[in-house]
Amino acid sequence: MTPLLIVLLPFVGLILPIILARHSHTAATVGALIPTTLSFGLLLSLAGDVFAGEVFVASWPWIETLGMNLSFRVDGLGMLFAILILGIGTLVVLYAHFYLSDSDPRGRFFGALLAFMGAMLGVVLAENVLLLAFFWEITSLSSFLLIAYWTHVPLARQGARMALAITGMGGLLLFAGLLLVGHIVGSYELSAILANGALIQGHDLYVPALILVLMGAFTKSAQFPFHFWLPNAMTAPTPVSAYLHSATMVKAGVFLLARMHPALSGTPEWFFIVTGAGLVTLTFAAYVALFKHDLKGLLAYSTISHLGLITVLFGFGTPMAALVGVFHILNHAAFKASLFMSVGIVDHETGTRDMRILGGLRHAMPITATLATLGAAAMAGIPGFNGFISKEMLFYESWKLPFIENEWVVPVIVTVGGLLSMAYSVRLVIDTFFGEEGDTPAKPHDPPFGMWLPVALLVAVCVVVGVYPSIAEPIVNAAALATIGGVMPEGYEHLSLWHGFNAAVVMSLIAIFGGAAFFMLRHKLFALAERYWPNLHGKLVFEGLVERVVDATRATTASLENGSLQRYVMLLIAFVVAAGALPFFLFDFAPGNLPATELEPVTIVIFGIFVAACLGVVANHKRRLTAIVTLSVVGLVVSLSFVKFSAPDLALTQLSVEVVTILLLLLALYVLPKETPSEGGFSLRKVRDGILASVAGLGTGWMSYMVMTRPQDSISMTHLEKAYYPVGGGTNVVNVTLVDIRGFDTMGEVAVLAMAGLGIFALLARLNPEHIHGVTRRVLDRYPVMLTSATRPLLSLILVMAVYIFMRGHYLPGGGFIAGLVATVALIIQYMASGQQWSSERMPVNFRIMAIIGVTIAVLSGATSLALGKPMMTMLVPLGEPGTVMTLYFDLGVFLGVVGAMMTILTSLGVLSRPASAETLAHSKETNPWKP
Amino acid sequence: MEALIASAIAVLVACGFYLVLRARTFPVIVGLALFSYAANLYIFSTGRLTSGMPPVLQKGVPLEAYADPLPQALILTAIVIGFAMTAFILVLAISGYVELGTDHLDAKEQSR
Repeated sequence: MTPLLIVLLPFVGLILPIILARHSHTAATVGALIPTTLSFGLLLSLAGDVFAGEVFVASWPWIETLGMNLSFRVDGLGMLFAILILGIGTLVVLYAHFYLSDSDPRGRFFGALLAFMGAMLGVVLAENVLLLAFFWEITSLSSFLLIAYWTHVPLARQGARMALAITGMGGLLLFAGLLLVGHIVGSYELSAILANGALIQGHDLYVPALILVLMGAFTKSAQFPFHFWLPNAMTAPTPVSAYLHSATMVKAGVFLLARMHPALSGTPEWFFIVTGAGLVTLTFAAYVALFKHDLKGLLAYSTISHLGLITVLFGFGTPMAALVGVFHILNHAAFKASLFMSVGIVDHETGTRDMRILGGLRHAMPITATLATLGAAAMAGIPGFNGFISKEMLFYESWKLPFIENEWVVPVIVTVGGLLSMAYSVRLVIDTFFGEEGDTPAKPHDPPFGMWLPVALLVAVCVVVGVYPSIAEPIVNAAALATIGGVMPEGYEHLSLWHGFNAAVVMSLIAIFGGAAFFMLRHKLFALAERYWPNLHGKLVFEGLVERVVDATRATTASLENGSLQRYVMLLIAFVVAAGALPFFLFDFAPGNLPATELEPVTIVIFGIFVAACLGVVANHKRRLTAIVTLSVVGLVVSLSFVKFSAPDLALTQLSVEVVTILLLLLALYVLPKETPSEGGFSLRKVRDGILASVAGLGTGWMSYMVMTRPQDSISMTHLEKAYYPVGGGTNVVNVTLVDIRGFDTMGEVAVLAMAGLGIFALLARLNPEHIHGVTRRVLDRYPVMLTSATRPLLSLILVMAVYIFMRGHYLPGGGFIAGLVATVALIIQYMASGQQWSSERMPVNFRIMAIIGVTIAVLSGATSLALGKPMMTMLVPLGEPGTVMTLYFDLGVFLGVVGAMMTILTSLGVLSRPASAETLAHSKETNPWKP
Repeated sequence: MEALIASAIAVLVACGFYLVLRARTFPVIVGLALFSYAANLYIFSTGRLTSGMPPVLQKGVPLEAYADPLPQALILTAIVIGFAMTAFILVLAISGYVELGTDHLDAKEQSR
């Protein structure tokens, strides 16, 4: 339970600062601190056991069929990250309390921050990799909200969009990669994946899966060439930069490398891709950082460079390198978060971050200057600070690589990286805090205690770990153990400051003194860069690319979409035909080899009538009345074919629906034009439509033929087997299927019917029939006397018939649907024969309410058993024969729903034909021929 | 017999789609009605053709002999829903005609 709570607390608690922000700034901060510290406390309660080597796994089923479980895992690696997330998170909340100005909405800030925190915890504590991908996406989304926090700043919005596009894309690729990994292993649980490294690496899909997963890691951790989103995300408020863009979110990428290390690492593919990307990023970004005049820009590139360093370490694939990588994650988080906060203080107090303006701040801000200098020393890798130890271990490890012939290549590159790192660290300190005092927009002074306290705590970590590295051993060892997958590296005993005089010491010396020399030459370098640095910005490239994609999309849309619905329908059908044709060509055209059933002469005659009727509808479609009458012939033949092929329920349904459909079309013709205007004689369009329609027809017909001539293998047998016992207790299997086995579907369908009825009522209620051109004349016709007198006695007869059909439905053809349709026909005949007014006066029933009542009865009778934890339609009242009672209620709901909805539809349309008012008649020039 | 039913489906789809591609609302609706017959028949045909054995259980008849009840149940509701949908687009067509003064799909009389 604890791991779940650790992840959920920030999500649940994010409402606190949002509510409390209305009271005061302090209340909002406290509101943000409550879930953070609670979650942190829970985490620390597990820390002792985890450091001792225990792994907590807790799992709850979620979407089992997809292999997605709500399962969490607290091991050393997850613990290290969770401590960073919650520890630095607490400090950042505190820092932000002082950093944010009075006009910044704090509820939104802390709310998004907590959502991000929860998502990060989810990523690092997930046991199920699908869950990991899910939380991964939430980190992208919540970081979007945080980067764009100052919504009025265009650069912030652009930076946020870019970050979302890059990390979101990476997230999707990662998802695909994890799906592949899960597919290979047969489980999405990490325990299974990590234990099956050999299986994954031997699989054909290993390389695609590896590349996809790495794309996720590289985009998130801003590895070259995806690095450019990170500097652009620096438009975020500094607490966000400190938290997301140095300590946590960008570390999610390297976390993933560490997490998947046991399963994916150790192959040449892994080594060359990961190490290669890391080395390029490490040196390139460090070089760029040196030329950044903006403090946050410098830190951003420095972060990219250090992430590259960690990537290099995991790329080596050796156990010791993995341990150093984990160690450097911890070290980097501490010094980089502190530096971001220091820089934020400088920005906050002076109003600028430009190192060409800043200078000499050590007098005005002694505390900040001291803390920043210590942090930068850690970043530069000066002995006595944590950064030195992990960097020296990297130098040492870089000589012991697999898969590579020229063993000096990697050591040289990492030394250059270290040298540049030293150079920009020195520049950060000297150009900001030393030299001449700059002319800053605001008069600087040290910030309040609460603002520099978080910085001081982080710097203390840097110094303490730098002097007594063994203090970090429990957490580093536990995390390394999880990364390596079981056994601690050979020859490793303790983290220590001094490893004896070896190549690494020489490399460190070169880096430190070379870096200092490089710094001295900086003005010459800046001048050179001004002249020769290519004017190539990742941001411009990215935006150009996005613009081109958008343009291409617009052009495609414009070429397809010209505003003509007729054209869209054509395209739609053409696409369906193309998509439907594809399988024919991929597989085969051959029919199956089942013997054909016998063909009677009568059937051939009926088929002839049918084809003639179909073609008649098309030929007469301009004379609409004729088309409707011909259409009814088609419907009748379809009903007949249901009779012929053992489907009495369908035949009854089709027949009654046919009656009301034709009626409906006739009613519509009261309003719509009676004739279709000519589209002109022969035209290419008609030929094209004819060809398209014929191809579609042939394809569908052939497909049907291919199906019918092949042996059947369906789930229908279960329906036949269970219809009477144990499920339905009825012999009419179609009805049992409708009201019992597939009752849930039926419930939805009746609801759709009712919705359509209500929708039609609402649509027609807006129309005033008197405004409709040409309607008045026809409705003056009188109702025929013969029909009127013949239909009245029919009503009761047909209704009795409907009741009979309803009652017998469970055992013989019939049931709620058919009975409802028959009853509708009975009622609607009265409307036809005697008129809307006469009928509705004698039938004071609100059919809309009836439809709603019907749906309600269906839902209640179906769902009461659900509420008691049994399947839909389980019999609750043991009355009568098994199963019949509840389904009878359900069928009653269906009956009422059908009658209500159908009558709503028909009477709503019928209103359009009601006699015109006296006033309209007075204006009408036509005289009524029946008027006495 | 199978070939006959398949041909019937082919004719229905071809006629239906040709009408759906016309420029006025009413033929489009009639075309959709034809197409929904075709769709129902197609689904029905997947249950294969069985004469004289409706799925109403009787003593002593092996289950394999009955017509397939599942496509029948699916189509039964599809017919009713098909009616509701036809009615709905008809009403859309009516209100479109009343509001726009034309029943052309693109809401404009062709200039000729």
